[in-house]
Amino acid sequence: MEIYCLLGIPLSGGLFLGLWGNRRNAPEINALFSFLTLVAAVALTARIIAHGPMVVAGEGWFFIDPFNVFLVALTAFVAFTTSLFSRPYMRIEKEHGRLNDKRLRLYHSSYQVFIAAMLLALTTNNMGILWVSMEAATLATVLLVSLYRTPASLEAAWKYFILCGVGIAQALFGTILLYFAAEKVLGSGGTALLWTHLNAVKAQLEPTVLQLAFVFLLVGYGTKVGLAPLHSWLPDAHAEGPTPVSAVLSGLLLNVALYAVMRSKVLVDGALGSQVEGVSMAGGLMMGFGLLSVVVAAFLIKRQTDVKRMFAYSSIEHMGLVTFAFGMGGPVASFAGLLHMTMHSLTKSAIFFAVGHATQKAGTQLMDGIRGLIKTSPTIGWGLMLGTIAILGVPPFGVFASEFLIITTAMHEHAWATPFLLLALGVAFASIFGRVQPMVFGETELPALPHQPALVPVFLHLGLVLMLGLFIPPYLAQWYRQAAALLGG
Amino acid sequence: MPLTYNLQVINLLAALLLLISFAMLSQRRIAGLITLFAWQGAALSASTAIVAWSTGQHHLYWSAGITLVLKVIAMPWFFYRLIKKLNVDRDVEPMINIPTTMLIGIALVIFAFNLALPISQMSGTVMRSTLGIAMATVLLAFLMMITRSKAIPQVIGFLAMENGLFFAATSATYGMPLVVEMGVALDVLVGVFVLGIFFFQIRETFDSLDLKHMEKLKER
Amino acid sequence: MITGILLQTVQTLLSILLAPLLMGWVNQCRAWLQGRSAPPITQPYRTLRKLFNKDAVIAHSASPLFRFAPYMIFACMALAAGLVPTIANDLPFSPAADVIALVGIFALARVFLALAAMDIGTAFGSLGARREMLVSFLAEPALLMVFFTASLISQSTELPIIVQTLAHKDFVIYPSMAFAAVAFWMVSTAENARIPVDNPTTHLELTMIHEAMILEYSARHLALIEWAVALKLFTYSVLGIALFVPWGIAQRGDFAALPLALVAMLAKLLVGGAALSLQEAVSAKVRLFRAPEFLGTAFLLGVLGMLIHFLLEV
Repeated sequence: MEIYCLLGIPLSGGLFLGLWGNRRNAPEINALFSFLTLVAAVALTARIIAHGPMVVAGEGWFFIDPFNVFLVALTAFVAFTTSLFSRPYMRIEKEHGRLNDKRLRLYHSSYQVFIAAMLLALTTNNMGILWVSMEAATLATVLLVSLYRTPASLEAAWKYFILCGVGIAQALFGTILLYFAAEKVLGSGGTALLWTHLNAVKAQLEPTVLQLAFVFLLVGYGTKVGLAPLHSWLPDAHAEGPTPVSAVLSGLLLNVALYAVMRSKVLVDGALGSQVEGVSMAGGLMMGFGLLSVVVAAFLIKRQTDVKRMFAYSSIEHMGLVTFAFGMGGPVASFAGLLHMTMHSLTKSAIFFAVGHATQKAGTQLMDGIRGLIKTSPTIGWGLMLGTIAILGVPPFGVFASEFLIITTAMHEHAWATPFLLLALGVAFASIFGRVQPMVFGETELPALPHQPALVPVFLHLGLVLMLGLFIPPYLAQWYRQAAALLGG
Repeated sequence: MPLTYNLQVINLLAALLLLISFAMLSQRRIAGLITLFAWQGAALSASTAIVAWSTGQHHLYWSAGITLVLKVIAMPWFFYRLIKKLNVDRDVEPMINIPTTMLIGIALVIFAFNLALPISQMSGTVMRSTLGIAMATVLLAFLMMITRSKAIPQVIGFLAMENGLFFAATSATYGMPLVVEMGVALDVLVGVFVLGIFFFQIRETFDSLDLKHMEKLKER
Repeated sequence: MITGILLQTVQTLLSILLAPLLMGWVNQCRAWLQGRSAPPITQPYRTLRKLFNKDAVIAHSASPLFRFAPYMIFACMALAAGLVPTIANDLPFSPAADVIALVGIFALARVFLALAAMDIGTAFGSLGARREMLVSFLAEPALLMVFFTASLISQSTELPIIVQTLAHKDFVIYPSMAFAAVAFWMVSTAENARIPVDNPTTHLELTMIHEAMILEYSARHLALIEWAVALKLFTYSVLGIALFVPWGIAQRGDFAALPLALVAMLAKLLVGGAALSLQEAVSAKVRLFRAPEFLGTAFLLGVLGMLIHFLLEV
């Protein structure tokens, strides 16, 4: 029941806002729908905690296990806080004349559809529907990225559409190959793509076909994760779209894409068995792509002048790190990967909230134009500073814990990778901190923002990250462990 | 081994699919490209229907029908209207000259045939040998996307790629489950309409559908 | 054996005699399609007779090669026409009817034509010869690819065996042959100096290829060359028929089938000639530097045909 609410609420929200989204109180309605989605997600989570680790609902069409319920909860939560943030943010954009009512209607409607598509991707049991909903999520956000209709934003949206479209076509081919392998064991028809069925027979699937399928799936969904060298859409889309969209793209969409990769990896690992000691073929590929992304992103961060682009590259870096962790496999690394996914989502969206207000205030996204936030609006300044410190992995924030776990595991199991990781993290640290410091503490003549910024989401996220860095509640840790075990830990 | 006539016709249609892919590569006019795309859809739809008929896989009739309605009628019609409205039907030189593109295309075909060989040997369908053609179609469409700088040819390349994937699904496994195929078709349809809106936005902003205007966002 | 030789002679003579008729038919169709009043179908014969009755004028600087070339060219074409199974298969010349040899014969004729064109030393002659060499340099590999596709199917490069395999065994659709057919059509239009590569009726210096080479010829020499040109078109047509629509060609020793074979061949030639004139009526001549593109496409189709054969038909 909860699952139908979970998917139905944002979908009907999208419909409702599509019809009446040009009303004055559309932002509030948007937030209300997001809140209801969050309630449904919490109810679903509670049910999983109460009724054991796996639920298959609707004749096998949906299924929930600890891995995806944790992402469902995270998605619903960040979607809700982002809708809170977008309320004043979009008002101010409208007053600045960058948006009008029609575009706001498009924005609110697409926002809800986007959330619905992501939740469907997370909860569906069918690998084909997973593909369909990933593509739907892309389509819902294309017009959001180009919302401002500036040349740069149109270019970014075009690039986003074409690159992700091509990428996702590869994923479709991977899915076809997967079905091809599954059909032999499970027989043709609708059940052969159900993940629960596939997981049960994964040892009998044809290994060579699955290997090929995984390469296509990894490249396809990896494009959406933003793994180097397929990342080039990501900074553009993040920098040119409205900030709430950057926040959900970075905080949520990348996770969901990685989720799709992980689901495939479990199957491939199962099919290949433990012929090789140590790293599986899928794991090796993921480690390679992950490490490459971390290094490439870290060095590109250094050259950025646009604040949103810089943090977009930071997202690539962190998704690379998570991919690397999942690639290593094993209980500790998978645990760390999941934790890092959570931390990154919360922190990065908080940073984008703060950055959004800062750029609105300064009237530019160039970092040289943003100065002295601490004087004019201390709360935004502190939010940005704390968020930056958190994402750079300074203790006691939660990112430190997860990065620490990932790096120690890497040292233990793949010592060759450690120098690259440490170097990349060091470079990223130096460049981001060096850029943010003058933005927060420099001199400025800009007046204070006339509006009350939405800072509850920022500090709520940062508070959670801080809390998780200091203390992970036992049931949450238990939950992560179950999820890590599902990932083949 | 003598092949049945159905299979021979399917093979012929597969070859036709590949031929149309090459024709698309060499086509300079956008309107011609759209016509070719419609023909490709027709060949795909016909071959799917013949497979459905000769193997008794009834859900494939649905796929064939969806293809016919979407890719032979709806989308070409939509694109024709679009180019009329936007007034963009002129000769366009691709970024790489056509003979070179063709040679690359041949290399891609050989690559695709080799790649498909092991998979098609494992497959149990009657038309498994056409898997190589399906992969070649995908790669050629990809090549077309790379070599074109205009928006509409790129999108047609994207849709042709989807055609190739669809054909791959049919030839390797008699198509995906119906729900998935419906979902894919829905996505493609929505995608095309989103793009329609998008074209107008690009046109409004740049006064042209040439993507050369859209090369500002680069790493410096 | 005697009947075989007899049949071979009849077939060769038939080709030589029918060739101008095909040319006349194509010209007539083209005139109709262009809305002109058509010359009679026998016009090429009248032109030939007129030319044979004239006195030849030869440039002072011409070498014996110039005089000798028309006979050579005509002989080559007549030989080629005799090799291709037109109405009957498996004749005494058959062991020589190898497709690669056929390509060689065409090349020999072309070499003599080009040499003769350059022999006088006029600007147009050299220009035409150079262009002709460019076109044939591109067309020949494509033609070979087409032949290879056909011979891969029948496991032989000998025309009679190819015809035997395609026409007299179980009916099978070969997708590769569809590609080869399109490629062959393109090569034929280029080799026979038809639109869109060359225009057989043009006398515009900048665009002509074939006409530029024979500008210096007159009277019986010109008649032989014109006849050879008609013969070449005829040979290519029957070659195309033998490769792609061979049904109707009589099997070895099957005399009863001969009348039917003759009717079938004439019908196919009528359709083919009409199609050629239709193409000439609706398309424009491409610029010379687009010709490589045109022939490159033909080559590519030939290669694709071969690839398809390996994928689908093995």
